[in-house]
Amino acid sequence: MSEHLPALQVVVPLLGAVLAALVRRPGPAWLITVVVSFATPVIAAMLLVQVLDGGVISYHLGGWDPSVGIEYRVDVVNALVLLLVSSVAAVIAPFARLSVLSEVPDDRVAWFYSMYLISLAGLLGIAITGDAFNAFVFLEVSSLSSYALIAMGRDRRALVAAYQYLIMGTIGASFYVIGVGLIYTMTGTLNLGLIAERIGDVESTRPVLVALAFIVVGISLKLALFPLHVWLPNAYAYAPSVATVFLAATATKVAIYLFARFVFSVFGAGFVFADLPVTEILVVLSVAAIFGASTVAIFQSDVKRMFAYSSVGQVGYITLGLSLATVTGLTGGLVHLVNHAMIKAAIFMGLGAVFYRVGKIEFDDIAGVGRRMPITMSAVVIACLSLVGVPGTAGFVSKWYLIVAAIEVGWWWLGLLIVLSSMLTVIYVGRFFECVWFREPAGEVARAGEPPLEMLVPICILAAATVYFGIDTELTAGMAERAAVALLQGVR
Amino acid sequence: MNEFVDLAGRLVSHYNQWITVFLMVSGLYIVIARGNMVKKLVGLSLFQTSVYLLYLSAGKILGGTAPILDPDFTVYSHPLPHVLILTAIVVGVATLALGLALVVRINEAYGTIEEDEIFKQDDDRA
Amino acid sequence: MTPATLILLALVIPTVVAVLLPLFAGRPNVREAVTLIGAVALFAVVLMLLPVVLAGGRPELDVWTVVPGLKIAFSVEPLGMLFALIASGLWIANSVYSIGYMRAEKAHRQTLFYVCFAIALAGTMGVALAGNLFTLFLFYEVLTISTYPLVTHRGTEEARNAGRLYLLMLLGASTILLLPALGWTWVAAETLDFRPGGILGGVVSNTALGLMLGLYVFGTAKAAVMPLHFWLPAAMVAPTPVSALLHAVAVVKAGVFTILKVTVYTFGIETLAEAGTGDWLVYVAGITIVVASAIALRQDNLKRRLAYSTVSQLSYVVLGAALFTPLAIVGAAMHIAAHAVSKITLFFSAGSLHTGTHVDNISEMDGIGGKQPWTMAAFTVGALSMIGVPPTAGFLGKWFILMAAVAIGQWFAVGVIVISTMLNASYFLPIVYRAYRRTGEGRVTLSEAPWPMVLPLVVTAAITVLLFAWPDVPYRLAEMLSQSVAVGPPG
Repeated sequence: MSEHLPALQVVVPLLGAVLAALVRRPGPAWLITVVVSFATPVIAAMLLVQVLDGGVISYHLGGWDPSVGIEYRVDVVNALVLLLVSSVAAVIAPFARLSVLSEVPDDRVAWFYSMYLISLAGLLGIAITGDAFNAFVFLEVSSLSSYALIAMGRDRRALVAAYQYLIMGTIGASFYVIGVGLIYTMTGTLNLGLIAERIGDVESTRPVLVALAFIVVGISLKLALFPLHVWLPNAYAYAPSVATVFLAATATKVAIYLFARFVFSVFGAGFVFADLPVTEILVVLSVAAIFGASTVAIFQSDVKRMFAYSSVGQVGYITLGLSLATVTGLTGGLVHLVNHAMIKAAIFMGLGAVFYRVGKIEFDDIAGVGRRMPITMSAVVIACLSLVGVPGTAGFVSKWYLIVAAIEVGWWWLGLLIVLSSMLTVIYVGRFFECVWFREPAGEVARAGEPPLEMLVPICILAAATVYFGIDTELTAGMAERAAVALLQGVR
Repeated sequence: MNEFVDLAGRLVSHYNQWITVFLMVSGLYIVIARGNMVKKLVGLSLFQTSVYLLYLSAGKILGGTAPILDPDFTVYSHPLPHVLILTAIVVGVATLALGLALVVRINEAYGTIEEDEIFKQDDDRA
Repeated sequence: MTPATLILLALVIPTVVAVLLPLFAGRPNVREAVTLIGAVALFAVVLMLLPVVLAGGRPELDVWTVVPGLKIAFSVEPLGMLFALIASGLWIANSVYSIGYMRAEKAHRQTLFYVCFAIALAGTMGVALAGNLFTLFLFYEVLTISTYPLVTHRGTEEARNAGRLYLLMLLGASTILLLPALGWTWVAAETLDFRPGGILGGVVSNTALGLMLGLYVFGTAKAAVMPLHFWLPAAMVAPTPVSALLHAVAVVKAGVFTILKVTVYTFGIETLAEAGTGDWLVYVAGITIVVASAIALRQDNLKRRLAYSTVSQLSYVVLGAALFTPLAIVGAAMHIAAHAVSKITLFFSAGSLHTGTHVDNISEMDGIGGKQPWTMAAFTVGALSMIGVPPTAGFLGKWFILMAAVAIGQWFAVGVIVISTMLNASYFLPIVYRAYRRTGEGRVTLSEAPWPMVLPLVVTAAITVLLFAWPDVPYRLAEMLSQSVAVGPPG
């Protein structure tokens, strides 16, 4: 049994999706989702333990040799990502029932869960696979299902957002697959490990450079690297709350993982960062993302959109950490990947609870909601403080690593920019804070109350996690550092 | 003169790559330049098709047959790219289907599939 | 109980109070009893630590390592002991006062008020007892954030604006300047611990030392060194007990405490004195002292005048730190204690005037000494202490700093102290004069504030005088601090 865990990691949610689609009724479909969502983190945790005990796990799908077949390969890096994605899914599952029932028409609820589980399977698949083309397939599996998830939003703008995401996402995935095709013609293999071995011989040839460019741009579209982020704000803003929580916490994160995997493990940091001006380009784009998106966030009138822009900015911190290509920088990037997933999940879940009670999410519509839903909003405020990077929260740990990394390489100005940008976060978070706490509740808000426990508890768990992982960083920063070391050493 | 022939020969002999590049660029152009949502999807589909060609070109050997073991034929095309593209075609079809489905729903909700008009409607309401 | 347990208790007690209070939201008497019991218990715990520290002990408590370099650890040294003692002691007085004030004013959301207050105290204890820069920074931010709801407590537009300024300046300075300074220190010295003699000696260049000192001083915006002082007058919109304990004692003292502590235990005053690149701080502090006093002269609103006076007085401590001599450090530490008790007296009085006779402006204070005799008597004591007239506590700190400046021939500092003393006199004495010599309109009737407000301010005024007569405890602590300075850095 335990030797098949890597396959089960993907197969379980995939089967769950089929079951959910077959049962057709909201209740059982939700139940299946809960069971699957709780099973996946258990599998991920077992995988992580195996990796920590016995090193890299290599699983040959169907018994084929990696040179021709698909290999699932679990090391510290993707074990961490698997655990993150599946844990977020597990926390969302109990929250989902009421939120989905209130936002999605009854006859589509089962489809919603089916899509949700397919998306989960796809994301886990991207993380676990050691095959470049298989990663493309999972990328499309998760993307197609997430387009459908977004389109189920109540607002008709959700449809347009989903359509735009589909166009951008497909272009991104196609770019990626073009790059993979070029690599395949040059190295004759699709296995990431084998590519890494063979690419050294051909690394400065033109097709490999072109392949690198296509892959980097393609994945950057998926991870919403500035200025390829335009699909994200609308998609997050108009999707059903549960879909927003899930996508914000996981989709971009997995894309970032794939990016790191290619840049560090496959092409190699020496080639990408030392021989090519990738560091410079990425640093500029990351800083532009942090400042540009955070500034735009300040002026949004829709709260979900505001935090969606904030996500674009936060992705900037992660890519900034990656671009430095040092252990500290990479640790900072990876730890922020985990921390930001928790933070944003908590925030969007809190907003989902507000939406459940109030039915709207514009600033003016939720004024004073803190007075009526103090526990929910306190949890959101805690997550926001973590977003700002207040010491004692998870966000601070990531910022600390990033700042130290910048100072280590002697880029003072970068450290200064990182801390300056936190001020922009303070401004938009402060605006949200003033709106929900200081204004008098009116209209729907005045009649609102705390959401039911099954929604409240997941929110509080995530908010507590953002504080807990600001103090005990063994699992986050500790693992991130091991992952960073592993990435910088290459695959084998 | 000889050099010219060489160059021309190289260009012509890689005609499959030129078709790939042409399809890729024109597909992408349609996606960007057109405001009609169906036409955009057509462009997107064209773009994806070019990728199929890219893979298949790499796997094809002139004079090679399908990889069926037979003593009469010793030269085979590489089967793996074909298998990959079979998967990619499925993905492409799914994408196109989903995209068209979304366009149908958009048409129901907005009464148009022109992007400009849709944005205008949203702006007016906001 | 072991000292380590006591340290833990000092942090846990206010936290527990903060957790308990919402449970008694509907029962004001129980709620306020909990606050008072918590305050007394905290003071008792801190008091139990005192003999250990006076005996030369340095109780330590390692809690947790967050990531390499970021350790939550506590260590009680003389300066922190002094600060903890002042803050926890005055919390008792302030709690009694708050109960009177909040009830008399019929303030809304009182539970939130007490909860935030308790968290702020926990933050203050954390700052005071911190064993390294990260722990200090952590609790420094806890203090900032927990006091934000207190500043905005009134909920008016003015309060919200003040809150924005408060948060942006304090959080902004600490993130933009203090955090990089921490990062730099960590990269350079590979430790953030507080050690006698400092940790930066010999690891960075002299220019870098000067620059880092700037990052630390301006990053600690709570110290209100100009030009980062605007938040303090704006924060006066908060209820008076907040202004009294937080913006005269806990928050602002956390600022100057941080500067003093960093100078002594991170840089090391010998390192700074030899480098010579930190001398600019004397001028910045001196200018702040004089300019803030000059602005205070022109304020009619009593609380605003007191606020500018605070800005000015805080920079005495910074000035003391900036002279980089043991004697000046003694003066600075003494002044932290003296200013705390005097300024809280003044703010208590201002609140009492507001509640008793609804007077907020100095121009309305004619003859008020007859209406609120206890309040104005205490006010007079506080004012004299601010000027530095014996027999009040304010004299001591000033005297030491002055002596230190004379000893090293820092004539600019001497001039600043002399000028500012005159300025202090000219903005405090007219108030006293008005209150007693001029007669106001109408009949003089006794309209003293309720006793829970009057009692604390009389007590703190008494302490102001007593501290002059028996300055043993603060003086011994300050002297121990200055001696631990003299222990040179290893190697």
